[in-house]
Amino acid sequence: MVTLTPEEIEEIQHEISLVPIKKAACIEALKVVQQHRGWVSDESMKAVADLMDMSPAELDSVATFYNLIFRQPVGRHVILVCDSISCWVMGYENLRQYLSDKLGIQYGQTTTDGRFTMLPNVCLGCCDHAPALMIDNDLYQDLQPEQLDEILNKYA
Amino acid sequence: METPLTQHIVAGRQPLSLKEYERVGGYESVRKVLKQMTPAEVTDLVKASNLKGRGGAGFGTGMKWSFVPMDVPGPKYLVANADEMEPGTFKDRLLLEGNPHQLIEGMIVAAFAIQANISYVFLRWAYKLAASEIRKAIAEAYEAGYLGENILGSGYTLDMHLHTGVGRYMCGEETALLNALEGKRANPRAKPPFPQVSGLYGRPTIVNNVETLCCLPHIVNKGAEWFKSLSQSEDAGTKIYGISGKVKRPGVWELPMGVTVRELLEEYAGGMKDGLKFRGLLPGGASTDFLVEEHLDVKMDYASVAKVGSRMGTGTMIILDDKTCPVGFVLNLQHFFAQESCGFCTPCREGLPWVEKILRAMERGKGQPEHMKILEFHTQYLGPGNTFCALAPGAMEPLQSALKYFRADFERHITEKRCPWKQ
Amino acid sequence: MEAVAPNVTIYIDDKPFQVKTGKNLLEACLGLGEDLPYFCWHPAMGSVGACRQCAVKVFKDENDTVGRLMMSCMEPVREGMRISIQNIQAKEFRNHIIGWLMTNHPHDCAVCDEGGACHLQDMTVMTGHAYRKYTFEKRTYRNQYLGPFLNHEMNRCIQCYRCVRYYKDYAGGKDLDVFAAHNHLYFGRHEDGVLESEFSGNLAEVCPTGVFTDKTLKQHYTRKWDLTSAPSICQHCSLGCNTSAGERYGTLRSITTRYNGEVNGYFLCDRGRFGYEFVNSASRIRKPLVRSQLPEATSQHVALEEAAKMIRSGKVIGIGSPRASLESNFALKTLVGEEHFYQGFSEPEHDLVEFNLEVLQTTDAHILSLREVEHCDAVFILGEDLTNTAPMLDLAVRQSVRQQPIMEEVPKAGFPIWQDAAVRELVQDRKGPLFIASFQPTKLDEIATETFNSTPAEIARLGFIVASIIAGEEISVHDVTEQTVRMANQIANALLQAQKPAVISGTHGGRESIIKAAANIANVLKAKGKDAGIMLTAPECNSLGLDMLGGHRLESAFDAIDNGYTDTVIILENDLYRRASTAQVNRFFDKCKNVIVLDSLHNKTTERADILFAAGSFAESDGTLVNNEGRAQRFYQVYPTTEDIQESWRWLMQLGDQVHHQHMRGWETFDDLLPAMVVAHPNLRGVEGITPPAEFRIAGQKIPRASHRISGRTATNAVTNVSEPKPAEDPDSPLSFTMEGYKGQPPSSIIPFFWSPGWNSIQSTNKYQLEIGGPLKGGDPGTRLIKPQLQSRSTYFQEAPQHFLPLDGHLFMVPLYHTFGSEELSIHTKGIMERAPEPYVLLNSHDAQEMKLAEGETLTFKIEEQVYQLPVKTSSFVAQGAAGLPIGLPGLPFSALPAWGILNREISWKKQPQPIS
Ligand SMILES: Cc1cc2nc3c(=O)[nH]c(=O)nc-3n(C[C@H](O)[C@H](O)[C@H](O)COP(=O)(O)O)c2cc1C
Ligand code: SF4
Ligand code: FES
Repeated sequence: MVTLTPEEIEEIQHEISLVPIKKAACIEALKVVQQHRGWVSDESMKAVADLMDMSPAELDSVATFYNLIFRQPVGRHVILVCDSISCWVMGYENLRQYLSDKLGIQYGQTTTDGRFTMLPNVCLGCCDHAPALMIDNDLYQDLQPEQLDEILNKYA
Repeated sequence: METPLTQHIVAGRQPLSLKEYERVGGYESVRKVLKQMTPAEVTDLVKASNLKGRGGAGFGTGMKWSFVPMDVPGPKYLVANADEMEPGTFKDRLLLEGNPHQLIEGMIVAAFAIQANISYVFLRWAYKLAASEIRKAIAEAYEAGYLGENILGSGYTLDMHLHTGVGRYMCGEETALLNALEGKRANPRAKPPFPQVSGLYGRPTIVNNVETLCCLPHIVNKGAEWFKSLSQSEDAGTKIYGISGKVKRPGVWELPMGVTVRELLEEYAGGMKDGLKFRGLLPGGASTDFLVEEHLDVKMDYASVAKVGSRMGTGTMIILDDKTCPVGFVLNLQHFFAQESCGFCTPCREGLPWVEKILRAMERGKGQPEHMKILEFHTQYLGPGNTFCALAPGAMEPLQSALKYFRADFERHITEKRCPWKQ
Repeated sequence: MEAVAPNVTIYIDDKPFQVKTGKNLLEACLGLGEDLPYFCWHPAMGSVGACRQCAVKVFKDENDTVGRLMMSCMEPVREGMRISIQNIQAKEFRNHIIGWLMTNHPHDCAVCDEGGACHLQDMTVMTGHAYRKYTFEKRTYRNQYLGPFLNHEMNRCIQCYRCVRYYKDYAGGKDLDVFAAHNHLYFGRHEDGVLESEFSGNLAEVCPTGVFTDKTLKQHYTRKWDLTSAPSICQHCSLGCNTSAGERYGTLRSITTRYNGEVNGYFLCDRGRFGYEFVNSASRIRKPLVRSQLPEATSQHVALEEAAKMIRSGKVIGIGSPRASLESNFALKTLVGEEHFYQGFSEPEHDLVEFNLEVLQTTDAHILSLREVEHCDAVFILGEDLTNTAPMLDLAVRQSVRQQPIMEEVPKAGFPIWQDAAVRELVQDRKGPLFIASFQPTKLDEIATETFNSTPAEIARLGFIVASIIAGEEISVHDVTEQTVRMANQIANALLQAQKPAVISGTHGGRESIIKAAANIANVLKAKGKDAGIMLTAPECNSLGLDMLGGHRLESAFDAIDNGYTDTVIILENDLYRRASTAQVNRFFDKCKNVIVLDSLHNKTTERADILFAAGSFAESDGTLVNNEGRAQRFYQVYPTTEDIQESWRWLMQLGDQVHHQHMRGWETFDDLLPAMVVAHPNLRGVEGITPPAEFRIAGQKIPRASHRISGRTATNAVTNVSEPKPAEDPDSPLSFTMEGYKGQPPSSIIPFFWSPGWNSIQSTNKYQLEIGGPLKGGDPGTRLIKPQLQSRSTYFQEAPQHFLPLDGHLFMVPLYHTFGSEELSIHTKGIMERAPEPYVLLNSHDAQEMKLAEGETLTFKIEEQVYQLPVKTSSFVAQGAAGLPIGLPGLPFSALPAWGILNREISWKKQPQPIS
């Protein structure tokens, strides 16, 4: 049984203090755990549910609705490739292909060294600088496949 | 040409700090409404200004506020919809990253008008820079007494929180957004009751788009007539327009409401990239109908775009050129909508994936003549009111107009059993 | 009474109709008999507008020819409204909805348990959707193990959300939900495991297709159309939920809900739905037995003759049973004579049931029905763990708690209450007032305003104080703590603020004083002008009926043997080892010269029988039960039995005939019993009229128990006989055992199963109702035997009990009940057995600590002569000096509870060797 760290609990309690109904903080609570652990395992899920006075089913129902709560392990860095219309027009598929070839992974997969997970993502809101992608918190715009090597090198 | 919303936004420069913002007249409107106006007067002013919601539907903002019951005890809420996830839309990002204090100021005005004491900025996850700028700005505003208890000694109290989402386009739909804020699955809610009556936590709530809210300080400061005079058409104010796709200079510009498509495309975006021809465009995000060559002189305002069978939507255009397959273009959109359907109602949940599969089959040379009929009944029956919310009807807009304007291209896919744009 | 809603005129396809205001269009249309398809709407759960199946065209006015498609379940009816169901676009849209749902549905009707009773099939046919245009791959799912009652087959899901709305929102379950989004939705548990709710079985009826199906039916599967069904009454607690029992090839196959607008509505609890398999049990008694002629079972004739001999020569007494029908008890009482009839309750139950009846007969408060509880706006429960003692009452209380804030807030917000999702948003987690005073925490606590855990005496005291406060008099209870008074004040205020407060109590608290306190509260509330209601649970399905028949206590029967007043006893469907201590019953049997037993299952009492008659179970009998509110309800034989199994009353009538009993002369059928019973017991008047007599016919025809689509009728016996045998006759009821008979709707009291053309699933219930969700056409069946008081007759009980005082070397043992395990018959069902706990004793944590007993270690104690050695469970909520002892679990001998247990210091508190597992 996973127990939450005092730090996690404190951050979650803080979120709870901001909402009128405890359950309303459940997404924030999941975010806290994901922040610390990279993803939300079944065990973490139960621990959070416990803390939130929710059943695991109830919490997982919320968690599995959202695509950015990771219910499976992800790599140390998550690459979100924008696959929406402007990036498509501007040829994002070349980026994806390049990443797939280089890293040996498809969407939803993690490199064997646990470094990268690649996921598709909806429009990143920088269509005038398409194609774009995000790695962790960093946005890259106006990309050409040739630039990717250098970018990837920044992430250990 | 006045550009009130973006006048202090300079590409590549930090947004104004509170001090700097105040120096250029920031938060004046807050002083004015708190000290000189009643909530009803604010609402009336906004009504008079003819401000229409910039979130896509174009509903009158003052009118929307006027449905909030003012005499009920208990909390009311104001929410800024900063979820901007509509493909091809990147206008709110500019305002959020470029001048967060303007948004906060607008939110205070709106919250005061409906006498809400708690407000949220619902920001999409991917806007990392915006998140940190807003967080900073909110802290500054608290510090300066524009937020919190007894603002500027007026007796009015307003708290503001930033909430960042965890994905799902659906969260942009105002009632689904409220569910997300309540820590629930972001399914939309039935209307009626409208959020103005029963919204966040069952309390009266107003959800407004970021751009809508950013107009408010200027309306308060300079008046309704001034706001109307900014426009070149029936609809008041300026609008933040954008263009993406294979044009020379994709970008965003604040322009008078009612500039023509042609002006935007040719003057601001510099026309198509060399060697490419214009075939069509979605005028305001992924869920609007195509406009084509013949519509280039249409004014970009709510009524004019509607008259030619599309919607102004978010006012950010996506351009289709002649080297890009229209079927592939629509497939990309339908893939998006099918994936972002919340799964609550049947036609959307089951219909969109079917449409996506058909378009994919066409792209792979597996299209069948019957497929055209199936696409057509979807466009006919996934209309407004038939599905639970506006997502699926929105999805049908580019499809139905593509079937109208690019029908031959669809048919070629079927008869040639391949995508003519692929080698 | 609720105010009668005014009518409005709506036009459906240009024809005017009068409908009630406040309804939605879908309800209105269904109520008018229109066939309008739907999925996500449910009459008990309201509308959410998810499936979009119920679309109709709505026109602005006469001149509007275009109209708009609207979901009928989401539109309130309005005066002058013009709609079209037949409109071509509406029809096409509804047809497409099925098309969309079918894109991922496996079309596996042939191997699906739901087939033939499937709402999805019905709606598919109704919309006319026949050809699939979808040619791509379908998504598939992994199914889950959900426990012994339900099967899971997610591929069939049509995502109507009914299951979660029912399980979570309606029934308060926690472990079923919807996962993921878009077209990857998954409805199930977060991981494999037994569904925790006591009401999970309703999923099988709520789900419109074959995702959740009855696993017990699967063990001996039969299509609905091949079942022979009869109207029945649940035998597993005192509430008397109405059921429909289905048989094929001589075994009972399933229990489904038989809608009764005043009792159970659309639902049943899992004990009621799945506890039926004792009927098919290997421990059934199938032939008469005369012990002296063992080992072979004997013929009916011989058994009757032998028994008649005993009766003629012996000094005979009869012991009745609270789980046998009125008719069987009455037949026994008549056979042995009033002065020789003993009721067969356990000692504590005898007094409690009698007192219950007295309170019901004299109270000024309204005697609540199960459905009425749902509409009460404040509830106080004294001494009952409803989930375990009267499960469906738990479900009703959940609705009350939910209804109260809805009634208060939704009208103000100005939208209709059937807008289910909107209502939930508005009301959020606000709950109506609910107070629970019980020995240990109950499942309902999670929705309670306040709870109070203590001994029966303290619960009663709290109740007395509440009554005094409501009455506005000085608190006469001595030595009260400030805390108790504070809580009592809170409860009193909440009840006084309500318009329809409900007081719920009953016999399971084990103390008359608790019922007294409950009665006091209800009566003073009534005196304060409240529309106060009272609901008292009773121990078994016919406890009240048996009490209304009168008779001596069981103890006196034991005395009668001891004193030599009798030597021959006839025991009716009663295992005396569940009524008195083993030692006492052994003594009794040892002294009896002749023991004649009628029962359906072998038990310790039948082992002592000299003559044993194979009694029909409820599925093989006609009879009447009186539920806890005094409502007499009839159940019918489902299928003909071999002649060796008969209703107890029939065996007793035959015995009467053998001994030429003067009062039983001419008794041949069920209908002969009823008038005689009512003459002898005027308090039962009304019982004779709750169902039509055996000679009742519609158009000269009986009511068929089997559907007219039953298959292979002429071939069912072909292995043994090629000619179709003559169908069995039913001399006792207007029902036929075959498909022959009247094809229309029968009177509401004798509906064997719900079916209507085009409506093969249980959703056809709608077609039988006067208005959707309202009473059945012809009225909800059953008759209240206890009529409301015209003038105040209630007594105000004075004597509150003293404080509970722990006793050194003792523990005060309080009975604990289990939905699965405490009831005598249902435990013979595999799934119920699986859910039943192992015997245990529940101690206060401090007490356990002091005794150096850890969880799981054995405590040895004695109640009277009975020694118990049980593993310990602990709880900090149990009062110190008291302990909980489960009732009725297999392997746990009987003691009359509550009672002091004497701790055995010699052998207890030693660490037991742990079993190696
Ligand atoms: C599927 C869907 C997604 C939406 N996404 C957004 C969004 O990201 N941002 C936004 O402002 N409005 C969005 N809207 C519109 C909102 O529902 C709502 O109309 C708007 O926030 C109201 O603000 P306004 O009156 O200021 O325009 C969306 C609507 C739908 C149906
Ligand atoms: S499992 Fe059944 S009840 Fe639940 S959503 Fe699917 S079809 Fe509806
Ligand atoms: S029954 Fe009306 S939408 Fe489902």
